[in-house]
Amino acid sequence: MTYLADVGALARKDLLLELRARDTLPAMLLFVVSTLVVFHFVLPGDSSELAATGLLWVAIVFTALLGLVRAFAAEREQGVIDGLVLAPSDRSAIWLGKALSMLVFLALAEIVALPAFGLFFGDVDGALVAGVALGDLGIAAVGTLLAAMAAASRARELLLPLLFLPLAIPIVIGGVGASVTDDSGRYVAFLAL
Amino acid sequence: MIQARRLEKRYGDKRVLRGVEFDLGRDGFMLVTGPNGSGKTTLLRLCAGLAAATGGELRVEVERGRLGYLAHEPLVYRELTALENLDLYGRLYRVPERRERTGMLLERFGLWDARHERAGSYSRGMLQRLALCRALLHEPDLLVLDEPYSGLDDGGATLLDHELEERRPRTAFVFATHDPGRVERFASTRLSLA
Repeated sequence: MTYLADVGALARKDLLLELRARDTLPAMLLFVVSTLVVFHFVLPGDSSELAATGLLWVAIVFTALLGLVRAFAAEREQGVIDGLVLAPSDRSAIWLGKALSMLVFLALAEIVALPAFGLFFGDVDGALVAGVALGDLGIAAVGTLLAAMAAASRARELLLPLLFLPLAIPIVIGGVGASVTDDSGRYVAFLAL
Repeated sequence: MIQARRLEKRYGDKRVLRGVEFDLGRDGFMLVTGPNGSGKTTLLRLCAGLAAATGGELRVEVERGRLGYLAHEPLVYRELTALENLDLYGRLYRVPERRERTGMLLERFGLWDARHERAGSYSRGMLQRLALCRALLHEPDLLVLDEPYSGLDDGGATLLDHELEERRPRTAFVFATHDPGRVERFASTRLSLA
């Protein structure tokens, strides 16, 4: 219970920080919408659903990357990470709290992205929503861990994409598979795993 | 509470600390002095467990949650208010009667009226007062203070004097300063870094 209370306090703090500073979520929202607009004009009219869904996942992954680069900005710039690390709570609570807040940011970005995708490229079905939701979970969990590692480096903006993109491949495979194949349940189960 | 033997710290080729030795008891007060770049902050970070020694031995016999650390940075979120920052730390340190203790410290350090203002709008001195509140919030057994008088006006410095006076019998201190005269009377151990 104490662990969950720590996670809750840390996630709440991140959401409060974003509510005050508004330096991550607006950028993510603007990026995902503008990317989909660009893709709408780039993709030929007779393109397959597979291509459109693939581009949606490109937009999702890069939008997440935008948020992940800023994930530990407050802790790094203001040195607060030392204060958090010294607290007696389990250090994984810092990661989990941050991953939860990142999940909220991603969910809010998808709330905007999925209707925009539907508008530009066609139907958004349940399998796509389930795939995106599970993909967000994976991106938040893995991405936040890598963001914490990259935050300690001077070349963090360069390092994070290099670490994150290869590890995001299974999530993208699962997400695209869940969205376009007839056997979407198998891919959703793969993402859940 | 702390034992150091032939303690050494390097950053790459640069040796910051070399052959540092000291013992600090449970009610000890170690005054750390030395010119800029002599390794005071590095030593304090080692004692707080925020850095690892590259040589020698350092034994700190205090639980992580019983240590209070004051750094050059206040270690607070600039977008949160003083109250929100202390509430977060109070939760993480599991401070009993968190709200009462937070309010008492804010009042004692003259920040009560500014408790709902963002820390980012605070002056350097107010941030230092807030950092002191944060470091003292959980009644630590060991206080590691790096230049605690830095940025404080006369009123703030007097408040800190009183705080040290009151805590001295029951708390161990590692205290780095450029102005040793001010706390000389508390010191049980002196460490001068070159």
